[in-house]
Formats: sequence, structure tokens, C-alpha cells
Amino acid sequence: MWQLLQIELFKIFRKPRTYISFGAIAAMVLIIQVALKFDGRSYIEFVLGSLKDSLEIPFDNILNGFFICFVILNLLLIHIPLLIALVAGDLVAGEANMGTLRLLATKPISRTQLMLAKFFAATIYTAMLLLWMALLALALSIYLFDTNDIIVARNDVIEVIKKDDVLWRYIAAFGYATVALTTVAALAFLLSIFADNSIGPIVATISIVIVFTILSEMQIPLYDRTVKPYLFTSHMLAWKGFFYLKTDGEGTSIPGSIENLPAVLKSMAVLLSYIVLFVGAAISIFKRKDILS
Amino acid sequence: MKHALLFIPLIFTALVSQAQAVTPEQLIEKVKLKLEQVNNYKATGEMKTNISFLKAPNSQVTVYFKKPDKLKIKNEKGISLVPKGTVSISLNTVLKGNYQALDAGTSTLSGITVRVIKLLPTEENSEVVLSTLYIDVARLLVLQAKTTTRENGTHELQLMYNKYATYALPDKVIFTFNTSEYKLPKGVTFDYDDGSEKKKPAGKQDQRGKIEITYSTYEINKGISDAVFN
Repeated sequence: MWQLLQIELFKIFRKPRTYISFGAIAAMVLIIQVALKFDGRSYIEFVLGSLKDSLEIPFDNILNGFFICFVILNLLLIHIPLLIALVAGDLVAGEANMGTLRLLATKPISRTQLMLAKFFAATIYTAMLLLWMALLALALSIYLFDTNDIIVARNDVIEVIKKDDVLWRYIAAFGYATVALTTVAALAFLLSIFADNSIGPIVATISIVIVFTILSEMQIPLYDRTVKPYLFTSHMLAWKGFFYLKTDGEGTSIPGSIENLPAVLKSMAVLLSYIVLFVGAAISIFKRKDILS
Repeated sequence: MKHALLFIPLIFTALVSQAQAVTPEQLIEKVKLKLEQVNNYKATGEMKTNISFLKAPNSQVTVYFKKPDKLKIKNEKGISLVPKGTVSISLNTVLKGNYQALDAGTSTLSGITVRVIKLLPTEENSEVVLSTLYIDVARLLVLQAKTTTRENGTHELQLMYNKYATYALPDKVIFTFNTSEYKLPKGVTFDYDDGSEKKKPAGKQDQRGKIEITYSTYEINKGISDAVFN
């Protein structure tokens, strides 16, 4: 199995398209960092502008590495599924396109092993992409902008988190994001077994993610109660739950706390269930698939 | 002995009348004179914020004051979103300007009998419409101040004294004020919806904010640079 995994990783990292994702993330993160370095005040005014008349807003202190990392994650974690689909959607369909899938199926390994090796390789790729993002968005932002307390602007509440209470939240958030993006990888992986070239599964995955994200973000009571709780995209945002704090009876936030940890864990369980469902379905279908290409 | 006991209420009434005999203007002058002892101070303390849309931990703050009415609250080690009207936590700000002082009788605050004095600004365009002070006459300390303004509603100041009472500097201040509304489109914040019941829109009561500062140390009249207040 280990050898299979190594082979699959070799295949992924041999392709130039794999590095497009790493390049795109580096470019996007640097663009945001440069923009905030020179005009971060405008962004903070946009977010906290309605409070300018009633509160003293320490703009220079707010614009720190932790805050910038949060802005980057907020902007990018919605787009990164596209980069994940680029590789995961190619895992089986790419082989079919090149005509190597049939050859692969004739090897003395089970189809389940083959599929698991491919999926684990996609998971490792996802984790590496997020590690790269953490390095740039968190480590580089801290280096460029230093650290301070973080302000998290929610729809109707502003959270202030002390700086010594932030780093573990990022570690948890990046860990969660790995699970969330692995769900996208699992979906693209499942779709890739139905196609003979990778464009179809990639576009299909992106389309599903976009449609589900729109449904997740629309505030229509009908969807809120019926559809939204079952969409994996609704649960992908739960990494933010690590930045929502509990309060005491007087509205003071409690350092080290999480507002609704059971909900975050439930969301994680939903995503893990989706991963099992997608990968299980992919293996089951692939085992019975008549490989003609 | 019985006769002596009969005299106690009489003595008490006499003392109260004597206190009442001081005109509101004279009382305010005495309070101001006590406040005049302090030219500047740097105080450290813990700030607790209670605003409906703000979830913040308690923070260590430094409060700088310089005569006549400069005041700055700084969180040197982190971020604190401080209400803009906090300059009013200095009584010098409450007592500045020209006004007419009116006697509004007596009241009791935390078991202490206080004189209630209303200050009506004499300037027509003054931002302050009315201030009400609750003064402990025996110690010449303002225990509570309510100020109604034209633009920013009413704010209230409660002051508790202990170690620094001789300088009329409180050990604890509670400042209650009006807040504005805060709302961002969900499409901008991409909030995580954990399925819990949504908070109802802020009622009138929720639009009042409160900060409490409990002072631990004061450095009085040691000099403060003007740059601190920029």
C-alpha cells in the first residue's frame, strides 16, 4: 500500500498542473498582503466603519499578522476547492484519458487498494496545499505585520481575541480546513471515475461547490431548514467556529473557550461522513466498472 | 440618658440643614477645588466591556489624564475598542464650562446620603443639555453623574472611592453610554451558521453599553507628555 501511495504521489507531483495550485495560492496571498500593507486601513474602515462614530478604533494595532491571516483564509478557503478539484478530478479520469487505467487494473493489486492509494495521495496533496497556505498566510503575515490581538468581524458581533489565545485556534482551523477540503477532493475523486478526461469531473466539482455555496449563504428560511443542514458546503465554514468565543453572564468573552464546540464537531462528523460516502461509492462503483479505456 | 437620645435626631437634622445651607454653587466650587489638586495622572487598571455587539475579554489598560480635560485610555499590550465618550469618565470634563447649579434635594446611594445638584449650561449651543451630580457632601466626592447631550443621548458615570479619595480619584468607574448599531452583510463575513437559535435584533436596552475600569495604581502629578493624547 505504501509503495502504491508513493507511486500515486509521484504521479501527482510530476504533473505541472499540481504546481499551479501552489503558485496561485502564493500569488493570491502576496497580493492580499501587499494590498493590506499599503491600504489596510480602508479595509478595516469597510468592516468596522459603522462603529467609527461611537468607538475609538486602533487601526494600526488591528492590522496585524493574525488579522491578515484571517482575512486571507476568509477570502481563499472559498476558492481553494477549485484548486483541489484540479488535481483530484484528474486522479482516475486522467489515467483513463492517457489509456493507462486498464493497464493499472491488470496489476496484481486489488481495485480497492488502488482507489485508496489514489485517494490518500489526494488527501496528502490537500494537506500540503494547506500547509503551504499556512506558511504564507500565517507565518509570512506574522513576519511582515507582527502579532497582536485579533478582531473577528461577524455578521452581528465583533470578537476580540487576545493574541496568546490565537495560535492554537489557527492550528485547529487549518486542521479542520484539511478535512473540509478533503471532502471536495473525495467528491472530485468520485466524479473522476465516470469520465474519460479530467475536464468533466473538475468542472462538475466546481459547479457543485459553487451551487452549494450559494445555497449555503442564501438566507432563505425554506432552504435554511430543509437543504442547508445537509450540504457539505454549510459545514466547510465551521473552521470559523474556533474563532467564536463563549461569554460570561456579563458579555465578557472567556479566553480559551469555543462558543459552540459540539456544533463544530458535528460539522466535522458530517464532513467525515461525506468523505466516507464519496470514497466508498467511488470504490464500489470502480470495482464493478468495465474499464474500456 | 433618655433625654440625650432625644437630642440625636435633632443633631442629625441640624447637620443636614447645615449641609443644605451650602449653596449648590459653593458645593460645586468645593468639589472642583478638590479635583484641582490633580494636574495629571497615569493610572493602570482592568477594563471590562459590556456592549451587545462586542465580545471582548477583560483587558489591562492605562488611563492618562492631563488638565484641563485630556484623557486617553490605552491598551498597551493588545486591542481595546474604547467608547468615544470615555473622556467623560473624568469629572473635570463633566464640570467644565459655564452653567447654573440648581439644588435638587437629597438622595441615597449605596447607603450614603448625597446632595443632588443639576447643572444647566448657560451657553446656548452647548452639547450638554443637563448634568445631574450626586455628591457626598461630607467627603466632597461625586458618586454619580448623569449627563444628557444633544447628539449622543444620555451617559452615566458611577464612581467608587477608596485609596485615592483624598485626590477625588476613584478606585472603580462604571460608564454607561449609548451605542450605535453594528451589522455586516452575511455575504461579506461568510459566518459559520452552527444551527443555534439566532439572537433577536437589539432592543433599546441592548443599545446601551457599559465599561467598568477597576484601577490598581495611580501616579499622580508626575507629568504626562501631550504626545500621549494624540
